[in-house]
Amino acid sequence: MSLSEPITVNVGPQHPSTHGVFRLRVTFDGELIVDLEPVFGYLHRGSEKLAEERTYTQVITLTDRLDYVSPMTNNQAYVLACEKLSQVEVPERGSYLRTIAAELQRIASHLVATGFLLNDLGALATPLMYCFREREKILDLFEMLCGARVTVSYMRVGGVFQDAPSDFWPAFKTFLDEMPHYIDEYEQLLVGNEILLTRLKGGNTVSKEQALNASITGPVLRSTGFSWDLRKVDPYEIYDRFDFDIPVGEQGDNFDRFYIRLQEMRESLRILNQCFEQIGPGPVRDEVPYLYRPPAGDSYGRVESPKGELGFYLVSDGGIAPYRCKIRSPSLLNLSAIKEMLVGWKLADMIVTLGSIDINMGEVDR
Amino acid sequence: MLTYLTGESLAHQIDSACPGAVKTWDGSDLWVTPESVLDVSNHMATAPGMKFDLLNSISAVDYIDHFEIVYHLTSTSEHLSAVFKAKVYGREKPALPSVISVWQGADYQEREIWDLMGVAFEGHPNLKRIMLWDGYEGHPLRKDYLEPPR
Repeated sequence: MSLSEPITVNVGPQHPSTHGVFRLRVTFDGELIVDLEPVFGYLHRGSEKLAEERTYTQVITLTDRLDYVSPMTNNQAYVLACEKLSQVEVPERGSYLRTIAAELQRIASHLVATGFLLNDLGALATPLMYCFREREKILDLFEMLCGARVTVSYMRVGGVFQDAPSDFWPAFKTFLDEMPHYIDEYEQLLVGNEILLTRLKGGNTVSKEQALNASITGPVLRSTGFSWDLRKVDPYEIYDRFDFDIPVGEQGDNFDRFYIRLQEMRESLRILNQCFEQIGPGPVRDEVPYLYRPPAGDSYGRVESPKGELGFYLVSDGGIAPYRCKIRSPSLLNLSAIKEMLVGWKLADMIVTLGSIDINMGEVDR
Repeated sequence: MLTYLTGESLAHQIDSACPGAVKTWDGSDLWVTPESVLDVSNHMATAPGMKFDLLNSISAVDYIDHFEIVYHLTSTSEHLSAVFKAKVYGREKPALPSVISVWQGADYQEREIWDLMGVAFEGHPNLKRIMLWDGYEGHPLRKDYLEPPR
């Protein structure tokens, strides 16, 4: 039964909770959402087309700019696809450095997700600043590794661009020792907070079947209680050597999506500690020419990025540039079931749900 | 651990349920006729022993004389991974059936292929541009696309 005249409102493209430029055309009945339609494309830069005009090495710089809060995992997905094309072997130390970079990146990305979710919830700035305090330390580590904080371009086909400098390791160790206390701090501050629990528990649920059918992956899929992580089910690099668990949620609500990220940070720290103990000396990069030409063929390389399955489908015609470079972006596909998650809920829930799904517009629009 | 199905084993499983669908196979790849994409998808999503419930990605590649649509699939219950492809000929109105009725996750990807590559999906309920704006001329990811003069 309609209570009042339905009204259509544009949320975005400049709304702060959309974390970028993203528009939702929402039809409200009073405060209830009765229909909505996402509108994309405000940050579309044609990355897939640009990749066709660059050499394989130059495309790495494009991948930094997809999901700009997790450039390391973007690099990794792309170089894995290239290595599948041409059967390049990565030296062991190179794989360890990649894993260290990727797991640090996962923590940094989850910190951004958690901080901004709290910001959207109305806890203005304080939790966000707490999260960014630790993210800053990770970016400092990246600066030591490759000289850049966000546009890292650290990985190369066949390994990484350079070995870690000697002052990286003590700083890395300090981070590993300090970080668990900070995560404890977030848990104490956030998970025990009754206001936050009341606000997040039980809202905007998605079921396992619904999520899988809509190609949803990553923390949003795992929040439904289904353990699906490419690092476990289809291990790439050296993930089969580490001992870690996959945290899962219970009912796929906002709280599970939020809490899973805190737990995943702890698991990432476990992996990082094992990396720190296991890494040995050796070369970090296989000799691959700058203008390298993989044999003609196609390959699909994928990683478990902080947001879900990030895949690159590369087609080579034997030239110096990819013939086709398709990017399977988790941020876009995680929005596939947004209608099912939001219709019937209120305007304020929409803001929270967008925050807990954790989208990045650089990756949605590419 | 995922098992990657070869094109040959997939061809034998599909051939019995969808006769005439399989064209050829090579290594890990399998080519089906574009008309049979929906039947093949239905079979792969429901047949016991396969149950491909996760559509990883749909990609389109422009090979000038034809378009190739590539489906990457995963079965989370049977731990399988598979690829099948369909060649679509013609540059004027290339089209093949939409698989949105099998996997909801095909929605945005099919719209994106229509927008950027100009391959239509019959049966898609909302096939319109997704990244570019309505009224945009042409499909930029095609190899013969030329940027309009400024």
